[in-house]
Amino acid sequence: MNKVKSASEAIAQLEDGMTIGIGGWGPRRKPMALVREILRTNLNDLTLVSYGGADVGMLCAAGRVAKLIFAFVSLDFIPLEPFFRQARQSGKLDVLEIDEGMMLQGLRAAAWKIPFIPTAVGLGTDIIEKTSEIKMTNSPYDNKEWVAMPALDLDAALIHVDHADCRGVCQISGPDHYMDDWFARAAQNTIVSCDELVPESFFNDENAARKVFWERAVTDSVVLITGGAHPSSCAPLYGFDSEHFRSYAEFAKTDGIDSYLEAYLGRDENDYQSKVGGLEVILDLPLPTY
Amino acid sequence: MGIEFTLAELCIASASEAFEEDGESLATGIGIIPRLAASLAMKTCNRDLMMTDSESFMLAEPNPIGSRDANFMQENESWMGFSRIFDNVWSGRRHAMVGPSQIDRFGQTNISALGEDYRKPKVMMLGSRGFPGNSISHRNSFFCPSHTKRVFVTGECDFVSSVGYNPSRLPRGYSLEEIDIHRIVTNLCVMDFGAPDHQPRLRSLHPGVKLDTVLENTGFELFLPDPVPETAIPTALQLDIIASLDPHNLRATQIKGDPPGSGI
Repeated sequence: MNKVKSASEAIAQLEDGMTIGIGGWGPRRKPMALVREILRTNLNDLTLVSYGGADVGMLCAAGRVAKLIFAFVSLDFIPLEPFFRQARQSGKLDVLEIDEGMMLQGLRAAAWKIPFIPTAVGLGTDIIEKTSEIKMTNSPYDNKEWVAMPALDLDAALIHVDHADCRGVCQISGPDHYMDDWFARAAQNTIVSCDELVPESFFNDENAARKVFWERAVTDSVVLITGGAHPSSCAPLYGFDSEHFRSYAEFAKTDGIDSYLEAYLGRDENDYQSKVGGLEVILDLPLPTY
Repeated sequence: MGIEFTLAELCIASASEAFEEDGESLATGIGIIPRLAASLAMKTCNRDLMMTDSESFMLAEPNPIGSRDANFMQENESWMGFSRIFDNVWSGRRHAMVGPSQIDRFGQTNISALGEDYRKPKVMMLGSRGFPGNSISHRNSFFCPSHTKRVFVTGECDFVSSVGYNPSRLPRGYSLEEIDIHRIVTNLCVMDFGAPDHQPRLRSLHPGVKLDTVLENTGFELFLPDPVPETAIPTALQLDIIASLDPHNLRATQIKGDPPGSGI
């Protein structure tokens, strides 16, 4: 079993119009190299599901997103993601805004192959009032009304981890795996980029095995991209690149996404890394303090 | 001359009281003043509170805010990643103190979008984050560093991110008693929803603040106690603990001009 592919081979599996879930959280452990690979193709008309950061900002600004399913989009230390903001304020972006926990429920429903999960989350708010997509339901066991959070079925999920083997065993050794296990399970096709590709025996140690959050059958493709979360963080290996994010935010105010991509995207990830100072610089970025 | 303190410190001490009766519950303060308030409460009026490191571990003792020495060891007591947070949120054993951009007379809030047209917002903000789930599941309090009519709006919030005491939005089978908006602390005063039918009420004015200033800067009517009490000033012990929790004095950046709290 060998699921290893190049970034371009992995992204070539995606098609226009697909619903794509992106793992990580804000500026933390985002599969940014895979996002950049999308930006090097003509993929279009995507529906994104994400605890959003620059992944959402870049793809929205580049006009690749037909619809965004989100609870927030933020770079944390820059609270409001500038390109997402512009996309929303232009009125051209179709959105389904939900609660952070509803996103988890929607991914779980998809993973469990059930149509919805009943929940109190969203009751009484404009999350429900301002969309016709999320329906209410009655319970056979009480007289209350409940929100029926629909399954968020994903055609593909993009995730970045620190270690993986060629069979798709993936380790997240940073402090939080966020909802990445549910993104992986909710997707037809789970594409994982990793900082280090390791032999199978790496996971023999029970402490290594405890940091594996889904079984290998859930992983479809493995892509080795050291530093592939940049400019987001991949704890404990490297922190997020606040200087790069500031520059990115500055492009939103001035020359726009085309100029940002012109300056940094490059023809492949090696080219990108050389434009942002090199892999050594990425791997040396300090971890943030919360 | 009595004890000297800043308005930020007064707000932290006052906001810490909001957590006093929570029992063994997860206190989450989002933003520097709410986080310091929750941390102060955990070290004074409610030792049973639980807290996270704002990342993925539960702490037996709150972390100081801002950068810490390389040899600093936080006092972990369990793992608490984001997915597990929701297990706690939906159980109801949590009290979040947050800083919404708009708050209306029902205690509904908005952190999502400003403007009339949701499809094309005038100002897009964060998105609703966990506010819908928090508000239907557990106790919530608010901190506002700049008490104006832009925040305390007339009418409803442009987008209702969190549920409040609005009878017309009450879901079938629910009562207003199931919603728990606990306390609002601002740079001018402390408010709650303790008036009849959970209407908003002034609890206390900060030292030196005139009642008219609050009324002129609030877009809705407030029930007034007679007489209006003055917000309790922080004790020397509270000020020492605040200083130890915030060694870089980040609290000084949270209220415009970092004014004194004694109303001079």
